[in-house]
Amino acid sequence: MIKVSRNISINVEYLTRVEGHGNIVVNVKEGKLETCQLQIVESPRFFEGMIKGRSIFEAQHITCRICGICSCGHTLASIQAAEDAIGFIPSKQTTELRKFLLHMENLDSHILHIYLLVAPDLLGVKSFVPLIDSHNEVVRRALRMKKVCNDVCDILVGRHVHPISSIVGGFTKLPKEKDLDAMLDHLYLLRKDMDKTVELATTLTLPHFERDTEYVALVSDDDEYPMLIGDIGSTDGKSVNKKDYKSVTNEFIVPHSSAKHTKWNRDSYAVGALARFNLNSNKLHPKAKEVASAIGLKSKAIGPYLNTAAQLVECVHSLEEGIRILEGFKKNGINYDEEVVVGLNEKGTIPVKAGNGIGAVEVPRGLLFHDYEVDDKGIITKANCIIPTGQNLNNIEHDMRKLVPEILDKSDSDITLMLEMLVRAYDPCISCSAHFLNVKFINR
Amino acid sequence: MSKKPKVAFFDFACCEGCQLQVANMGELLLDVLGLIDVVEFREVMSEKWDQSYDIAIIEGSITDKHAEERLKKIRERSNVLIAYGSCATIGGVNGMKNNFKLEDIRKEVYGDRFNYFDSIPTKSVPQTVKVDYIVTGCPVYIPEFVKVLKAALAGIPYYVPDYAVCVECKLNENVCMYDKGVTCFGPVTRAGCNSWCINNGNICYGCRGMVSNPNENGAKDVIAKYKIPMDMVVNKMNMYNKCRENDKSE
Repeated sequence: MIKVSRNISINVEYLTRVEGHGNIVVNVKEGKLETCQLQIVESPRFFEGMIKGRSIFEAQHITCRICGICSCGHTLASIQAAEDAIGFIPSKQTTELRKFLLHMENLDSHILHIYLLVAPDLLGVKSFVPLIDSHNEVVRRALRMKKVCNDVCDILVGRHVHPISSIVGGFTKLPKEKDLDAMLDHLYLLRKDMDKTVELATTLTLPHFERDTEYVALVSDDDEYPMLIGDIGSTDGKSVNKKDYKSVTNEFIVPHSSAKHTKWNRDSYAVGALARFNLNSNKLHPKAKEVASAIGLKSKAIGPYLNTAAQLVECVHSLEEGIRILEGFKKNGINYDEEVVVGLNEKGTIPVKAGNGIGAVEVPRGLLFHDYEVDDKGIITKANCIIPTGQNLNNIEHDMRKLVPEILDKSDSDITLMLEMLVRAYDPCISCSAHFLNVKFINR
Repeated sequence: MSKKPKVAFFDFACCEGCQLQVANMGELLLDVLGLIDVVEFREVMSEKWDQSYDIAIIEGSITDKHAEERLKKIRERSNVLIAYGSCATIGGVNGMKNNFKLEDIRKEVYGDRFNYFDSIPTKSVPQTVKVDYIVTGCPVYIPEFVKVLKAALAGIPYYVPDYAVCVECKLNENVCMYDKGVTCFGPVTRAGCNSWCINNGNICYGCRGMVSNPNENGAKDVIAKYKIPMDMVVNKMNMYNKCRENDKSE
């Protein structure tokens, strides 16, 4: 048995099964925690600087390339900010299709995270690759489910990674009747795999660890679980208009991270599926509510590892909402007169005025902000993007600081695994935030 | 030969969307995995490999000195090296950084503390090490990746089409974007994507890089005919293709 007064030095370089590059550094000296950092070593890519001087009609094409996993989310946040800046109000049909796209990305991203990134830890293997032999049916199901989301996005916006037809002003191509049928067929079939996913999830146990924190997500007065449109709400009872997002994020730079940190009413806050669940679980689809109660997830849940459970609940919600939206279009039809050709707005199809606009959208990893200033010709003069993972980094470090002293009796490799799993639970997207992970134990 | 080739994926500065395209293959991925032995793939695997690689697949651009050194070491350990995705093949959107003075853009994003984070002008992978195969595109087009992977496994060359996207676009019977009144980069951009963006009602942004011998006079005629401001064209070209200038300066 190792004595609790020991020294621990953990140094995980280039954390795996996360999107982007980050290191975990933990240093415990004679049982006392000295260093506990999530270092972000992703090369900065300077997106906010790069889009200065470019047309607002190019913004979504460029900024969606901040991240391949949530490129639809970036697209939609960017479009919302751009349209807000130039005073363009999207049609009801456009808004519904955007909500549908957001649900498909949420589903796609959560499936990737639950099956390929988290499940290997719970099954005691290093990746999904050994599972091909031991759990072939599970791996096939995961890849099949992912492909369905992907195929639906292909039909709607040309592709999931860097969507093509979703732009400022609406859609350059609208789904035909047969496209609606094809997407619905895909999603009806997905229901069976989703039932099996829920069944599998009930057999897996997430690590137990709790730390009360502030959860932040979009909130709204209506009865819809807000993803695309809403105010910024907190489990500490505050809510502000998206225009005042900077009063929420309060970004600050720390030397060990190329991603900025944030805090609001406490030392840190969390965004993501669990935050959305904690604030809006009463508005989930009835089927998603059933799943939450079956797995015992109740608001306000304060365990960071439970984010994966909240993702499962959201998968069911996004699937059912997606089907509901498409069935609506089947019934009421699509107005093809709304198809737009915009390019760089050479023809002035969309009226432009100088202004400032904010996009605040719930993407798979949490609340995403895009903020643009444009001149009267629609040229970007200033841009700011605040990424969900960036907002979670500070909260993850606070979790690590509480967790490490609680698990000092475990071996170095067990501590490392618990820390890696903690970071992975947030489904971090480091490419996004650096604009991320690796565990370093310095001498424990 | 019963031993499967050892294949590794490495990512540099990029959005990792091209890696994700691999996961998006669905169950076809299991067939591919039947042919190769993936020994490193940080985004989805914790396994590490300390020997040589038969094939190294490189995603992302080179934007700091550490990356440059890391890539050179991977090259030394690899038999075949594939530049994968536009950030790797041509510098891609990361090249836009080179439109600005490096110090200015670093200050713009990180303020007074910009020195915390190392950064050099963006370079593509072929501008840094010798490359054996290229899979271009932002993101990569999966059917083309499968073609290149097959060629690399068989040890035969693969040539990226060196004709314009317009060729594929015409075959797909799209209405020309210029006739719809907007500027499209199809005429000077390498085909191989099956005119993906135009099929979906948008313009070509030039993500696959330019053909080796673009029809400059033809392009000038089009630009004149449709009265397109030259600065708009240059600005657009710089979205994906800025790193071409690195070759000229050497």
